[in-house]
Parts: sequence; C-alpha cells; structure tokens
Amino acid sequence: MTPSSKPKKSSSGKSARAAELLPERELHRIVATVLRLARSTGAEETEVHVDEVADNLTRFANNGIHQNVAEQGLTVSVRTVVDGRTARATTNRIEEDSLRATIEASLALAHSQPKDPRVLPMLPKQRYRSVNRFVKQTAALTAEERARAVRLACDLAIKKGQVAAGIFASGQSQSAIGNSRGLFAAYRETHAEFSITMQEAAAASWAKANSADVRAFEPQKLAARASDKAHLAVNARELPPGRYTVILEPAAVLDLVGFLFYDFAATALEDKRSCLNDRMGTPLFGKNITIADDAYHPLQQGAPFDGEGLPRQRVLLVDRGIPRNLVYSRAAAKAARKTPTGHGFALPNEYGEAPMNLVFTGGDSSLEKMIASTGRGLLVTRLWYIREVDPYEKVMTGMTRDGLFLVENGRVTTAVRNFRFNQSLIEMLSNVELLGPAVRATGEEAFEMVVPAMKVHNFHFSEVTKF
Amino acid sequence: MWTWLLLALDTAQLRGASYGDVRVMHLRQRDLTTKNGQVGTLSQSESIGIGIRALANGAWGFASTDRLTKQGVAACAAQAVAIAKASALAKRADVVLAPEQAYVDSWQSPFRKDPFEIPLEKQLALLLAADDAMRRVKGVTLTETDMQFRKIDSWFASSIGSRIHQRKVISGCGIAATSFQGEEIQKRSYPNSFGGQHSLQGYELIESLDLLRNAPIIAEEAAALHSASQCPEKTGTLILGGSQLGLQIHESIGHPIELDRVLGQEANFAGTSFLTLDQLNKLKYASSIVNVVADARLDHGPGLGTFAYDDEGVPAQCTDIIKDGQFRGYLSNRETAHLVGLNRSSGTMRTESWNRLPIIRMTNVSLLPGAWDFDNLIADTPDGILMETNRSWSIDDRRYQFQFSTEIGWEIKGGKKVRMLKNPSYSGITTEFWNSCDAICKLDHWNLWGTPNCGKGQPMQTMGTGHGASPARFRNVRIGTAFSNQ
Repeated sequence: MTPSSKPKKSSSGKSARAAELLPERELHRIVATVLRLARSTGAEETEVHVDEVADNLTRFANNGIHQNVAEQGLTVSVRTVVDGRTARATTNRIEEDSLRATIEASLALAHSQPKDPRVLPMLPKQRYRSVNRFVKQTAALTAEERARAVRLACDLAIKKGQVAAGIFASGQSQSAIGNSRGLFAAYRETHAEFSITMQEAAAASWAKANSADVRAFEPQKLAARASDKAHLAVNARELPPGRYTVILEPAAVLDLVGFLFYDFAATALEDKRSCLNDRMGTPLFGKNITIADDAYHPLQQGAPFDGEGLPRQRVLLVDRGIPRNLVYSRAAAKAARKTPTGHGFALPNEYGEAPMNLVFTGGDSSLEKMIASTGRGLLVTRLWYIREVDPYEKVMTGMTRDGLFLVENGRVTTAVRNFRFNQSLIEMLSNVELLGPAVRATGEEAFEMVVPAMKVHNFHFSEVTKF
Repeated sequence: MWTWLLLALDTAQLRGASYGDVRVMHLRQRDLTTKNGQVGTLSQSESIGIGIRALANGAWGFASTDRLTKQGVAACAAQAVAIAKASALAKRADVVLAPEQAYVDSWQSPFRKDPFEIPLEKQLALLLAADDAMRRVKGVTLTETDMQFRKIDSWFASSIGSRIHQRKVISGCGIAATSFQGEEIQKRSYPNSFGGQHSLQGYELIESLDLLRNAPIIAEEAAALHSASQCPEKTGTLILGGSQLGLQIHESIGHPIELDRVLGQEANFAGTSFLTLDQLNKLKYASSIVNVVADARLDHGPGLGTFAYDDEGVPAQCTDIIKDGQFRGYLSNRETAHLVGLNRSSGTMRTESWNRLPIIRMTNVSLLPGAWDFDNLIADTPDGILMETNRSWSIDDRRYQFQFSTEIGWEIKGGKKVRMLKNPSYSGITTEFWNSCDAICKLDHWNLWGTPNCGKGQPMQTMGTGHGASPARFRNVRIGTAFSNQ
C-alpha cells in the first residue's frame, strides 16, 4: 500500500471545507493488509486497530477569533501474540514497509517479556448492535460557518459591554478493529461542540453544549445564557466557607461524578484502589441514586465495542443507592469467574476496563423548582480543577467557577465569590434531595455523560478565593 | 524532509499568506509498565506529519495532515490559508509579529545512552526487580512501575527564511507502592508521583535513580502511613520537598505568567491570571530571597523545557520572572511581546506534535537555589511540618487560591524530624504564600524536576515543563485544610 492510495482530500484548498474520512472498505483493506503481512512473521495471532480523525476547532477570545485549526490523521496499531506474550506497536504510516516494520516492532516487544498467563486467545467474529451517530450536517460544517456563528456571539458580547471567549468545534472520527480470527468491527461518529465564557468586569459565566448533531444546540442561545448569567455575576459578595445546600447544574454534577467511573472497574477492585472495595452490595448512596453504563443510550456517543472488539453491554452499576455490578474486561472476567461486559481497554494495559458511557437516572425537578424550594443555598454553574484528595472516601477538591449565586427564600439574590470545596462523593450522593431530568452534560474535567442537575445538602466549602 | 516544508511555504504564500511557518515532526515513543509483578503496558509508537500555520488577511489559520505527499501537503497548506481567511471574518485586529531573525541550524539534545538502543529485556528486568522489591513488603497491596522514552525530530521552516532541525531525547521513570488497609488507601512514589522523574536525557537518567535501593523504602513508608498520626489542622511553618515545590512553582508562578492567559485567550478553558499587565515591575510577588527564571537554555539543565529554538523559530532564552521578590517578566511569543514593552518574543511557543498549533508554554520555570543546607534548615525549625511528594493539586482559574496534598509528612519539633504524618495538605493565596518564604536550600539540594503532563489549549495539548527547586520553608501557612470537615 502506498501513501497515494489514501483518498484525495475533499478540499481543494480554495475554501476551508472539512476533510473526509476513508470509506469503510479502505479500513477493511488496511486491516487485511496487516493480517496478510503478519502471516509471514511468526505472529500466532494479530489484531489491528485503525483510527482516523478529521477535526476542526475555531477558538475565540476578546471578541474575535484568535486560533483556528484543522487536523487530519490516521493511525494503525498492531498487537501480536506469540508464545503467550503480547505487545502493541503503532504507526501513522500505511505503506507496506512501515506496516511490516510495525508488526515486527510489536513482535520484538512481545518477545522481550516473560510469558503472561493472562493472555487469552483473540475473539472470533462478533455481532454488534448498530448505532448511528454520524450526522452529515456536522461533518460538512465549514470554517466560514463556524466563523459566522462566532461573529454573532461576539457581536452580542460587544452589544452587552462584555467580552466573549470560547470554541466552536466540529469533526468526525472512525475506528475499526480486526483480527486474525476473523473479527471485524467499524464505527464512525461526528461531534460538535460550542462553549462560551462571557466576561463582564471581574465577573464571568459560561455555557456549553456537545452533540453528534450540530443542529442539536444553538450557539446564539448559549451565548445569550452565558451573557445573562455573567451580568448577574457582577459584584460578587464574599460569604464564609462552610456547609451549604447546593444546586449543582448538570455540568457541575458531571465533573464531580465523572471521577467515580474507574471505581466500577473490576480491575480497580482487584488492585484495591477502588472506593467500592468491601462496599459492593451494601447501601452506599441515597436511594434516589441509580447509575448504569449504557453505550446505546440515545444521548451517548462512542463505539458499540471495546478494545478487543467485544460488544458493549448495558450494565446496572448502582441500583437505588446500592453498588450492584462492575464492568469486566475478558481477562478480569476470567480471573473473577464472571462474564465480560465489553468494557476492556485495548491490550496490553494494566488498567483493565472502565464504564465509559455512564447514565444517571434523573428526576423531574427543574432548576427553577430546586431554586424555589431552597431557603438558603448556592447555585453552582461549573466546577474547576477537581482532584482526588482521598481515594477511599472519594474526597474531591476543586473550585467553583463562572457563576456562583446565593439562593435565598426561593430565588437567586446575589452573586457570590468562588469557593474551594473538599467534598466526599459518597457523602454527596447520600445527600441528594432533588434530581432534574438526566441530560447529556459536558464540562471540562470528565468526558460527557448523561446526568441530572442535583440539589444536595451539607456540601462542604472549605475556603474562599478573591473573586 | 525539507521538500515538504518548502512546498508548504510556497503554497501558503501563493494562496495569499503574508507569513507562514511549518513544522514536520517525527515522534517515537516507547512505554513500559509493570503492575504487581507482571508486565502491564508494552508498546511503542511513531507518528509523522506536517503542521502549517498561515497568516492571511491579518488572521491565523492552521492545518495539519499525515499525508506527506505532494498533493497532501499542498492541500494542507491551502487549507491553512483558507482557514485564516475564515478567521478574518471575526478578527478583532490584525496580528502583528515582533521581528525575529532567520536561523539555519541543527541541534540535538545531549544524551549518553540512547534508550531505544537499550535492550527491552534489560529495561523490563529493572522494572520487574523494583516491582518485586516493593511487593516483598508486608501491607503493600499494589505495586506499579513505569518507563517512558521519546525521541522527537522536528524540522521547522518559516517564510522569513529559518530552517531549523532539532532532535530531543526524553526519558522518564517512576515506581509506586500502594497499601489498602481498613478504610484507607495510602501510596508512596519514587522519585516523584504521577510517573516519576522525566528529563531531557537518555537511559543514564534511569541508571541514576537507584530504583532498587528506593523501592523497599517507599513500600515500607506506604504501609507505615496507616499507623501514622493525621496531619493536624493549623496555621504554621511548612517545609516543602523539592518535587512538591516544583509543582507549586508550576501552578502558582508558571501558569500565571503565561501572557496568553493574562490577555484572556484562555478565558474559556485554562483560565486567566491575576497577573494583569499593570502588575509588571510593581507587584511584590514573593519575599526578597525568591528569584525565579524561565530558562530554556541547555545551561540551565536537561529539563523538559530545554531546547535550542521554540516552535516559532525563536532562540531559547533566560527570562527573569521574579527578581529579589519583585515580579519582572512574562512568557511571551512574537504576537504578544509588544504588549509588555518587549521588542522580541521570549521564545516560549511550543507544540505537542505536528497536529497541534504552537502556544505559549512554560519552559523551565525554576526557583534559583538559596543558601541553606537542608539539615541546618530542619535544625533551625522549632515547630513545623515537612511535606514531600505530591498527591493532589488544585488552583482557581485566576491562580490565586491553591490547595495541595502530599503523600507523606514529617512533624518537626525542636529542630528534628520526630514522627511521620499521614494525609498532609496545605493551602493559601499565591502571593501571600510566596511572600512568606524565609529559607531556600542551596544548590546541593536543587534538582530540575520534570512535569510531563501539563495540559493546555483547545484542542488539548500535553507538554513537558521543567521546574528547578530545592527544599524551602514558608511561614504562617494553612495546614491540614483538605481533611478539615468544619
């Protein structure tokens, strides 16, 4: 295979159109080429991953575009198995000489180690549930279209005496996996994202949306929401740190509970680094907390197969406050005498698996209802720089950011200076009073999940900052 | 290789670019890990491609591709110009670049032993031996080791005539022991947490770490932490070990001085900075014994922020950041230098890979050594806590308020380390904290720590930065706040 066998870019260069992905038959051809080349190398089994991206991101600040980028790239990753040993080598050069060198590099790595009793035979052909997350309108979005939307958002900021910063991104990606036992799976998706921070004097607020379909959100509505909240955030008042009732918007919930995802990996429990060690099957959270991993949920994204090509299964992780199930890679399942759930990472790795499509069961309380029901509390737009302080009690620290508001007697009364929190997630999920409808949330600390807004009592703010 | 760069520049100019620069980068990486006595990750990768930055109609465009063919490179260059023209639809003002000379040069970071030439069996045997030494200690429930090596070739060409090739060899290694007992997880890492030490060196870095001697020490400490006393909550004297101080510098000095943050360009994501332009040469950032530089020159050491030229073709420099406690300088690029009265970039534009736009980045932001011998510093402290090896870190989006916790602490009473403390943490406001520094250890205790995982930019880029530090003492610090439940 030669580099020129890659298809021509759709863009002539005269306009900033998005690049196109390879057709699926080309992914088949790359996989078949690697498997053919590997047959003469001594590899007993071979697995090939092909990943391709064509992404675009327009970035603005100070009411104008300052960065604007496009990226196109493809990688081929080869895992070989020989004599009970396995290793991986990756390249982005797809001519045959490079693919052959990559196979040989994988074999050399595999030979260098002791035998690994956990290495399993590769999977045979599998059947996959179909998911459709490729939206041609997203794939076709141009730099000019993103620039025009950004221009409108910046015009709003100028009109309001504010300063806008943010991104408008769009792109497409695809992944394929094939192996020498006949397995083949391919998946493609599109992604679009608009995020905006509006600054007014020393205050700021923020709004963000993310979807496979660029038509699922309206940048101008997000800009207007951030603008309105930035205006409300002016003249923030300092309150003493302490325990408060909080109303966490979905992005704030996401960025906190996102830190729980790896705790549900069977390997994390085996390694005794999960907060669920010695706690499975016993009440841990409030009865209103139910969590599943569901790659097929309509608000989720991602491939319907894992790093070994096993179909992903829906797994009920927490049922009414009680952790019930874990996710298992094939190796972890074998060690625990369980059934693998299709959540394994690409091999070899030391982390095993993780649920990547968390879905919380929501409630019926709108943000307005939560505010109306609160005598005194804080409305939290967004959290920032969250890190784990205590892995077993799952104490997280971080800051509020871009819009913290005091709620008194059922209404928002004033902006408040940002707090640092030190809060156990176990305690927090035991103190949830109200849940909003579950939505696809997007923040900056965790990957996107389906979570509700939450009203939580006794949330611990330990210190206050200067703005 | 130069053919692709020159084709890209020619195409960009033909399409209407008033300025262009191009990077072809070839990145090779090897990763090895073990866990509980077995090999975990064993992989290597290579990636090669081209990134083209074009200025047209007064605005920037950037495009990248791995299609290194005549057609692929030309299309990519044309796309960069087209994107720049789209940017101009919503530009605020025309981009103006500070003048810079053209350079034709080739540079390679010095190393004694190419890590890619060291047999894999030898590398794995060392990690497995360290893993085994930790697992022998009673109470240890998880052992982890890792090595990472990178070799990065970059070819840079710009439309002002620069032609620069650089090769960097980077090595990293670390080990960690974790102990789960009762309702507590404790962990100790060597020589640093989150992947160990990383530097612009070859395999000689690994050999200098003496993993086998240190493995049982940290394993014993991880197990012993369960029976150690809880770090008290109080306001008092704090001594930070070098690696923790390196991260403190990174978060509370390195990031605030990035001029793109200061100018609001990161307001939506990484945040802004309290160091507004009016603070330059006026703010008393720290006590008078504190001197901080941003130094990318090899003379400073083999740090992750060491190079000969940045990714905008500007030579490596040393910039005073804090001089005798006074705030003296920012990290700038060719686009922003004039905003702080400079007629030249300070040379801090760096990119993770061929598919990322260069952005302002820390180089080696280091606290210069002081005068104290470490033993004398402890002896001079009647009541304090020594904290070592980062466990968590967090700071607000303007870089005022921070909180750190470390893996281990030691209570100091009467000038002596008297007992181990678990769950140590401290917090503060950046300038108050740095103004409370009253002692810095001397060069004998100074080390250029590597932070390999600094994330910034959209799309996200991960960059390695260097932070020279020796242990230092701070007064009236809030201690124990992370575990406070008030």
